[in-house]
Order: sequence, then structure tokens, then C-alpha cells
Amino acid sequence: MMSMKEAVAKHVSDGDLVYLAGFTHMIPFAAGHEIIRQNRRDLTLARATPDIIYDQMIAAGCAKKLIFSYAGNPGVGSLRCFRRALEKGQPKPLEIEEYTHFGLSGRLFAGATNMPFLPMRTNIGSDLPPYNAAIKTVNDPYTGDEISVVPPLKPDVAVVHVQRADSEGNSHIWGIIGEQKDAAFASKKVIISAEEIVDEDVIRSDPNRTLIPDFVVHAVVHEPWCAHPSYVQGYYDRDNEFYMQWDEITKEHDSTMKYIDEWVHGVENRAQYMKKLSAEKILKLTPKAAYCTPVDYGTL
Amino acid sequence: MTQYSPSELMVVVAARELRDKESVLVGVGIPNLAANLAKKLQAPGLNMVYESGAVGSNPTRMPLSIGDPCLVTGAKSVCSMYEQFAYYLQGGRIDVGFLGGAQIDKYGNINSTVIGQYKTPKVRLPGSGGACDIASNVKKIIVITPHEKRRFVEKVDFRTSPGFVDGKANWKNLKLQGAGPYAVITNLCTMKFDDETGEMVVVSLHPGVTIEKVQENTPWKLKVAPKLETTPEPTEKELATLRSLDPTKIYLG
Repeated sequence: MMSMKEAVAKHVSDGDLVYLAGFTHMIPFAAGHEIIRQNRRDLTLARATPDIIYDQMIAAGCAKKLIFSYAGNPGVGSLRCFRRALEKGQPKPLEIEEYTHFGLSGRLFAGATNMPFLPMRTNIGSDLPPYNAAIKTVNDPYTGDEISVVPPLKPDVAVVHVQRADSEGNSHIWGIIGEQKDAAFASKKVIISAEEIVDEDVIRSDPNRTLIPDFVVHAVVHEPWCAHPSYVQGYYDRDNEFYMQWDEITKEHDSTMKYIDEWVHGVENRAQYMKKLSAEKILKLTPKAAYCTPVDYGTL
Repeated sequence: MTQYSPSELMVVVAARELRDKESVLVGVGIPNLAANLAKKLQAPGLNMVYESGAVGSNPTRMPLSIGDPCLVTGAKSVCSMYEQFAYYLQGGRIDVGFLGGAQIDKYGNINSTVIGQYKTPKVRLPGSGGACDIASNVKKIIVITPHEKRRFVEKVDFRTSPGFVDGKANWKNLKLQGAGPYAVITNLCTMKFDDETGEMVVVSLHPGVTIEKVQENTPWKLKVAPKLETTPEPTEKELATLRSLDPTKIYLG
């Protein structure tokens, strides 16, 4: 167990290929903010959906390259910092490597399972392959037909936020499980951040819910509200108001940096960030309970 | 007759294309409304699958994004992103996929990547997401889009999702699993695709719309079906059901 500050200091280096996991759900904003605070540079950021967190990291100058499949503000529109980097080179130019969702999630699957490449029924007929040399075709050895393939993705470090983990990093995840498991197994190092740290007994009471076991984990961080303004199923809802405000905040590079100065550099950690959020907002984002029916594992 | 907005008409027309027991890959907004409307009317057994891995969702509010927690609570199943694309989409289990985009051409190719050159973008758009995967694998692609000259173009700046590419003859050689574009539904008309050539054909004009108006908003010379129909007005029942799905008019403005 360690703090996010310690985990980032120890496991994220300049020039790393970093994957902050989560498809809309459980995006580890607190980790992204800590990476900005520690002024990491020349990172290759990979995520299917860069979302607001990578928009912030691009604006803050952490990124050299982006590997992605959908760079939008989900349900709202554009990611303006991403666009500014591509359209105007501000604050600096950004290299891109672009896939479809299937392509990028397939790359993680291939990385996690140590495959040389993964064939998939997509990309052919699209203009993506001519602009991304990593998307190739091979002939199916059985039928001779041409099939698209993508290479494995093996990030240097992944950060995966989860609902609950034990102190060793055995992690229970539920809700939209996106690419969390694939990212953890594909990466050389894994930082688990958890809403709650629970006893090993709690984890062992429901092993089917453990998507990530301790032996692929390198650091465990207890970080409540790590994902705000994204959400955590059963813990807090997405702060949709903020997702809409982000569109305004990022109209200019300067206004974006003002936000980053106040909400990232202006606080020391996630606990201080949460103190800045109004109690009213926290209350509004807290869902009502909806428990599942318990299952009986049996014992002999 | 109750008045209705262009968005309401597009949703109603799209919903009518869905059949009971079909599986549909749904995005948020207009496609989500069309699928939910069909489910409440002629297709109670419609199976809704979301790109985020939620299957058979039973949302208690309008989903704010494709990954909204309300798509999980009460759903039939939730799987990972890779599994959604591999087991459901590539597995051939999705009948209908809804797509939209910044540009579409006469063969139903869609651009959601870039306006201008890829390497020097005038406007950089979000990119494929699952769109190219959906276009390559579903039995019917349905496109819902406003009918504007800047969207309907001779040639898309970037082919994010293949329609019939440069015509059906060459498209067949690509051996995609999907059956290609099926319908394009706009605020003016419904278009389908010629069996031989794969080119867009106007099959039905929406109430009060002339073929001249459709042509004015399309930069190429449009093909028109020999028996051009008029789209039936939305019924009271369709409108009432639809409005109950989006009472605060988030998408039905």
C-alpha cells in the first residue's frame, strides 16, 4: 500500500507508454492529476477513449503521442485540447496512432495473452490502415482470404481503478468492465487504485468478481473518489455538469491552464481536491443502493 | 394532427425499421430513442446491445453517454469491451447497427474522423470508435442524419466506416461479414441502396417534402425509386410513446 504520489513517483517515468484504464467508467483521474503534478514528460498515452483526463494531460504538456480509437467528450462533443494539439500544435504537436475500438481493445487482448498479432474482421475498406502502418493484413492460412491484424499493446504501466481491493491488490470490479482486465494483464507494471480496501476474506467470498489478481499488481493505492468527474458503479454517478463545463473551460489554452493550476497544481492530492468540491455536489452524485441477490458458492 | 419536430420524425421512421427479436447495437441519443420506441411498439423482444458491453439494458433515465451506469443496473448482462466486439459483433450476433457522421457519400461511406487532410486537419473529429467495426459486421446499417449539403458529399474526406466503398462490385471482393448500408433516414426522406450498384436511392419522401428539395440538399444527381412513396405521418401513439421516453426533450428538440 502506498499513496498515489508514491505510486506515480515509483512507477511512472518520463517517456513511458501509460494506459489509464476505463471505458467511461472508473477513469483514474487522480492518477492523471498526480502525473501532471509530478511533471512527467514525453509520455505515450494510450486509451480507447482519451476522455477529459487525457485532454488535461495533453494541455499540461505531458504527452508526446496518443494511441486511441475515439477522441470525443462522451455525450457532449469534442475534446478541445486534443484538437488544439492536432489542428494548431498547441501547446505542442501530438503524434497520433489511431484504431477502431475493436482494434485497440484487440491490441490489449493480444498484449495480455502474449500473441504475436490478432486477426479481426474490421479495418478493411476503411481509410484507417493507410494512415497507420501498424494495421496490416495477412492471408488466412486456411482459406487464403485477406484478414486485418493488429499488433499486441504492452504498456509500461497501467493504472486501473476498482471498487474494492485487498491490500495485495486482488480486485473486485463490477459495472462496465471495459478494458480494465486486459490493460492490467497487458502491462509491465500495474497500479491498482481502490475506492475501498477490504479484508482478503471479502475478496475470497466472491472470487468470480476478482478480475485482477495480486500477482500482476505492483502497487495498491487507497483513493476514494479517484474517478471523479467520471463515475464508479454503486459509489458515485458521473458528474455530467462538469463534462459539459469542460467544453467551456477548454475554449482557450489559457482558460484550460487556469483550471489545471487551480484543481491539479492547486491541491496536493485527491483528498484536498474532494474538499474543494461542494458537499451539495457530492450528495447529488451519490446513488441509491441496488444490491444483487447473493450467490451460494457452497462449502464442503 | 399533432405537430412534430424533424428529430421526432427521424426517430419514428428509424424505429419502424426495427423488427421484433432483432439484436441492435445502440448508440446514445437518437438511435437509443429509436430502439426504445420500437421496443415499446412493434418489437417488444428487441435485444439492445451497447458498445460499452451492456446487453439488454433497462435504463431508468436517458443515458448520458454510452457508458452510463443506468445501462448496467438491471441489464441482462455486462461484458468487457473486447468481448462485446468479439463475441457479439464479430460473432455475427448483431442484426442492426446505427451510425452517424460528419459526411456521407452516395455509397454510404461515412466520415467521422477528419474534415480536410488527415495529417493537417481543418477539423479533427473523434474518430471511428466502434463505427468501422459495426459497419463491417452488421446485417443492416441504418444511418440517421440531417439532410444538409455539407454532410452529403461526392467523396468523403476520410472513409472511417465503409459503406459500399466505390460500388457493390468491388465491395463484394472485400468479403466483409456485414451486409453493408441498408437505409439512410434524414429529416427530408428515406433512402435505401440499389441491389446492383450499391448507390443510394430515394424510396420515400417525408410528408410535405418534394424530390426537388431533397435534390437541392444533395450535391450529386440522386437516383429515385420507380415507385416513390410518401412516408406515413407519425401516429398519435408513436408520438406519445416517444415523448414519454424523452420528457425533457434532451434529444427531441
